[in-house]
Amino acid sequence: MGAERAIVAAHGDFADGLVSAVCRVAGAAAAARLMPFSNCNLGAPELADALRQAVAASGARVVFTDLPAGSYTIAARRVAHEQPGLAVVCGANLPMLLAFVMAPSGGSDAWRLAVQKGQAAICIAEDGGRGD
Amino acid sequence: MAIEVYRIDDRLVHGQVVVGWGQPLALGFIVLVDTTVAESEWEQDLYRMGVPPEMSVYFETTAGALARLADYRRRPQHGLLLTGDTSTMRALVEGDAGITRVNLGGLHHRAGRTPRLRYVFLDAAEEADLRAVAARGVDVSAQDVPGATPVPLSDLLHRSGQ
Repeated sequence: MGAERAIVAAHGDFADGLVSAVCRVAGAAAAARLMPFSNCNLGAPELADALRQAVAASGARVVFTDLPAGSYTIAARRVAHEQPGLAVVCGANLPMLLAFVMAPSGGSDAWRLAVQKGQAAICIAEDGGRGD
Repeated sequence: MAIEVYRIDDRLVHGQVVVGWGQPLALGFIVLVDTTVAESEWEQDLYRMGVPPEMSVYFETTAGALARLADYRRRPQHGLLLTGDTSTMRALVEGDAGITRVNLGGLHHRAGRTPRLRYVFLDAAEEADLRAVAARGVDVSAQDVPGATPVPLSDLLHRSGQ
């Protein structure tokens, strides 16, 4: 496995939940490469500051966020604007994060592969039999 | 149509605005009144990126917004006007008699601010701005998302955090 680290920044308890789920599926060592980040009590500048500190402390080279329009994505893009080499990926889901922590190589290959896996995992498994 | 919501939110364009209010109100456009954003192409790109293609975002200074508010109100879509602080909204209310209701959607923790609700923290100047807005007959209430119960300003200023 690659050693790439990432931050998972999301609304409510979603980031903690995603990282917890990665831990259950892939194990604690894999999940330790993901740092959940959430702070709903901060304004936009303070949120960007907190995320900036989290990126510096973790050494993450990618930030996974939930909503493209969300405040976490806005904050992550601000930090990435200052730090070339930091990627921001929106629409994080469990298959995406599992692919990231299990990727055989690090660098941009890991998060690009994760994006492919996350997108591919979205499907209608059953349509309820109505066909509408 | 009309500008349905005049909102103060220090996160500006974000999920609660685009999804929480945007979908139930079928918003066609957002007017973001913020001088820093209005003067920066990069800032505008940042906020435009998260908005769905069927929704337009217009970036205005306070003066620009006051000059074009009547035009925005005549647009055929539902709209939402957004400021990031109380002083900008106060300036808009003082310059335009058509604003009758202000939604306090989010002013978050910062040094010097007192907690009023989970998503509203106010300092003395911000409280003065809101009182001045209300004194002009404008209905001011805190409400982060449409499903939440609005908290009137008179009640809000007596609260201490939750």
